Amino acid sequence: MKDQELGHLIARVKEGALSRRSFIKKAAAVGLAAPFANQLLAFNGVAMANATLPYKPTKAGGGGPLKMLLWQAPTLLNPHFASGTKDQIASRIFFEPLAGWDKEGNLIPQLAAEIPTKANGGLSADGKEVIWKIKPGVKWHDGKPLTADDVVFTWEYAADPATAAYTTGAYTGIKVEKVNELTVKVIFKEPTPFWADAFVGVTGQILPKHHFGEYKGAKSREAPANLKPVGTGPYKFVDFKPGDILTGERNTEYHIANQPHFDTIEVKGGGDAVSAARAVLQTGEYDYAWNLQVEDEVLKRMETGGRGKISAVVSGDIEFIILNTTDPWTEVDGERSSVKTKHPTLSDPAVRQAINLLIDRDSIQKFIYGRGGIATASFVNQPAMFKSNKLKYEFNVDKANKILDDAGYKKGADGIREKDGKKLKYVYQTSINAPRQKTQAIIKQACQRAGIDLELKSVTASVFFSSDVANPDTYTKLYVDMEMYTTTQPQPDPERFLNQFTSWEVANKENKWLGRNVSRYSDPAADEAYKAAQKELDVAKRAALLIKVNEIFCEANVILPLLSRTRVAASLNNLSHDHSGWDVDTWNLAAWYRS
Amino acid sequence: MGAYLLRRLLIALPSLLGISLILFTVLAMAPGDPFSEMATNPNVPPEVREALRASFGLNDPIMVRYLRWLSNMVQGDWGFSFASRINVDRLILQRVPTTLFVVGSSQILALCIALPVGIYAATRPYSIFDQVANTLAFVGFSLPTFFTGLLLILIFSVWLDWFPFVYRSDLAATGWRWYWEMFRQAIMPITVLGLFQAASYTRYVRSAVLDVIRLDYVTTARAKGLGEKTVTLRHITRNALIPVVTLVALQMPAVFGGAIVTEQIFRIPGIGSLLIDAILANDTPVIMAVTFVFACLVVLFNLIADILYGWLDPRISFS
Repeated sequence: MKDQELGHLIARVKEGALSRRSFIKKAAAVGLAAPFANQLLAFNGVAMANATLPYKPTKAGGGGPLKMLLWQAPTLLNPHFASGTKDQIASRIFFEPLAGWDKEGNLIPQLAAEIPTKANGGLSADGKEVIWKIKPGVKWHDGKPLTADDVVFTWEYAADPATAAYTTGAYTGIKVEKVNELTVKVIFKEPTPFWADAFVGVTGQILPKHHFGEYKGAKSREAPANLKPVGTGPYKFVDFKPGDILTGERNTEYHIANQPHFDTIEVKGGGDAVSAARAVLQTGEYDYAWNLQVEDEVLKRMETGGRGKISAVVSGDIEFIILNTTDPWTEVDGERSSVKTKHPTLSDPAVRQAINLLIDRDSIQKFIYGRGGIATASFVNQPAMFKSNKLKYEFNVDKANKILDDAGYKKGADGIREKDGKKLKYVYQTSINAPRQKTQAIIKQACQRAGIDLELKSVTASVFFSSDVANPDTYTKLYVDMEMYTTTQPQPDPERFLNQFTSWEVANKENKWLGRNVSRYSDPAADEAYKAAQKELDVAKRAALLIKVNEIFCEANVILPLLSRTRVAASLNNLSHDHSGWDVDTWNLAAWYRS
Repeated sequence: MGAYLLRRLLIALPSLLGISLILFTVLAMAPGDPFSEMATNPNVPPEVREALRASFGLNDPIMVRYLRWLSNMVQGDWGFSFASRINVDRLILQRVPTTLFVVGSSQILALCIALPVGIYAATRPYSIFDQVANTLAFVGFSLPTFFTGLLLILIFSVWLDWFPFVYRSDLAATGWRWYWEMFRQAIMPITVLGLFQAASYTRYVRSAVLDVIRLDYVTTARAKGLGEKTVTLRHITRNALIPVVTLVALQMPAVFGGAIVTEQIFRIPGIGSLLIDAILANDTPVIMAVTFVFACLVVLFNLIADILYGWLDPRISFS
């Protein structure tokens, strides 16, 4: 389908001559995925479809208690201090952002009256300004009204480095102005195509100025409201024991009619993922359990009891392998894997291509991850408009053998290939986690059949993911030939996520290995495309540029994506819930109900 | 006696100091840092992580950090948790009642089983009862609590559906219903811990009673024509229990330690599970405080055991 034709169709939807649904159908017929079609419509000023839960109850309250089980217990309730998902989930019960992300990556207004678009004047043509209109009539739990002052204050609070907020990245480099009591303007220094970061989703929860006003900056830790939150959310705070239990009661003044359904909420923490799944699926003690990184086989067995169900939603988590093109075994200027060195064999594209052919992604999905992951060859998979359709994966040992033969790697007496005395022997590292060790074993076996010898190494997660400068086993040091882990694309826009494919982010000694480009690989074409994408305001062109960055790295076989991970949760059969891979599980808690 | 106490307390000080120094150094040298979760999150700029490390004082040399911790500790400031950013003493005080309740009840249960069984078995050595009690005791202390805990969960929660296996510190019920709910949720962890302790106590009680039962004064008591019940309770048990009492006191710190696993399995919000969470989150101030509390418990209960022993057995003098 040509651009013109699409434009024509979009115009018909706008006029009302064509329904959204038939537009999406027509778009699907020519290979455009539904979310992409939705984005096209949104960009052209047609309101987004809502992928959230249809809410059935006709009055607020009366649903009894809602009991959630988080196997990692929440430890604090200030959303801007929340380092882990557990804390973000807990604080989202009481605090809300201007807008949240649904499971398809659509922006849904929460404290905003509407989503800013070009059509409603919310987005400026130069991409430097966003105007948010706040929903009128929203009250804090103590009865005071929500105003633009609170939103502006939230920016001041999080942007102040002395506050030490984890969300500060979204607020530094922007300016927020109050336009009137219910309108704020966000001003960017540069044209910013992805503007939905400050005040949106996980990082965007609005704080009441009258409770946190005195505790901005260095005094942030002393605010009583850190542990006794006063927000706008569907439930009011009752009691909190850090690391143990959190209770709340229904907010009778909630700003959405007939919500929420439950009278009280209880969030219990602690234990492990398997027994959390058991408490929902087998004994039914709890209504909902989150983030069940449990082997699918185990979950299936528990589901046979018929009490509960598993739901999996797509997310931005990607499990992938890095092939190190620098030399991890030679030290230069006090660091190994320096970009000044070249890997003796992995710098050869043929070897990398062969290894990519030796990964049996389908088996890894089928036998290890089940519903927990979808095999993929693309680093960015969600939302669908950013997924590369060009990248395909294949498992073919013969082809890998042929490529290595052609490249001049001959099998030695021990069955391991070598060329010029350099053997294809690699150390393959990952964190300790049962599915990862099984994946390692599957890949090792296939590599053996092609004359490549892999030495498997696994590191405790707390060491692997730490930023300890002195430890050689952290994932950013990459003192190995191959490394595997999961990284997270936090928003449904991959721009910031893809900065790990740029040359200025390469992790090295100078930046204490805090650079985001762990692979150390760089390509001027990728840098250029990334920089262009940062300024491109046309949605389709920008997506194409970001897809290019992704393809350059995947086609070079430096990044070998394995699985696009899903977020798995368990709930009782009678609970209707709505969790999203782009926001925390409780992002739409007000709409949960029991039937 | 007063001088003895003073001397013991003065000896305890350097050992506590040594313990804290070793703990601190080991923790500081152990890999991992409290901000690892931020590492994979592209939304948190590395500078923020660095600024946080600096503001929490993590970039200073170990000795500087230790001395700072020590001087604060002496002034009664236990520091604040990196994970929840609230004061550590508050966190610990929140958890202590639950642990005391669970550990205390399990100790009472253990003694209620071990004393009668041990004494009865010793008065009839190698009888059927003694053999059965012995076998069960061996099985009991050979099975670790994490195994029996899971076993009980499987039987009573999953199969029979009688008891919940998630322990809640604030039950939503009141009055009699509260007691009933509390009983239901506490029975499994208390049984697991109690039976494990009971098994080893039974063995101690039995051997202590066996030691005493052959002594001359017992024969004398019997010769005086006293009833068997009086002989057993007043003459045998009182003397046999002296070593048992000190043993129970010495075992207390170990019980707190053993409760960590049980607390984790049943999600009991005690100081043990606090310790585990803190270790997983690399929350150094909390780990330091909890382990230090455990260290104090060991020193304290050692002292209590010594004093109790002297008080029960007048032949021992403290001079």
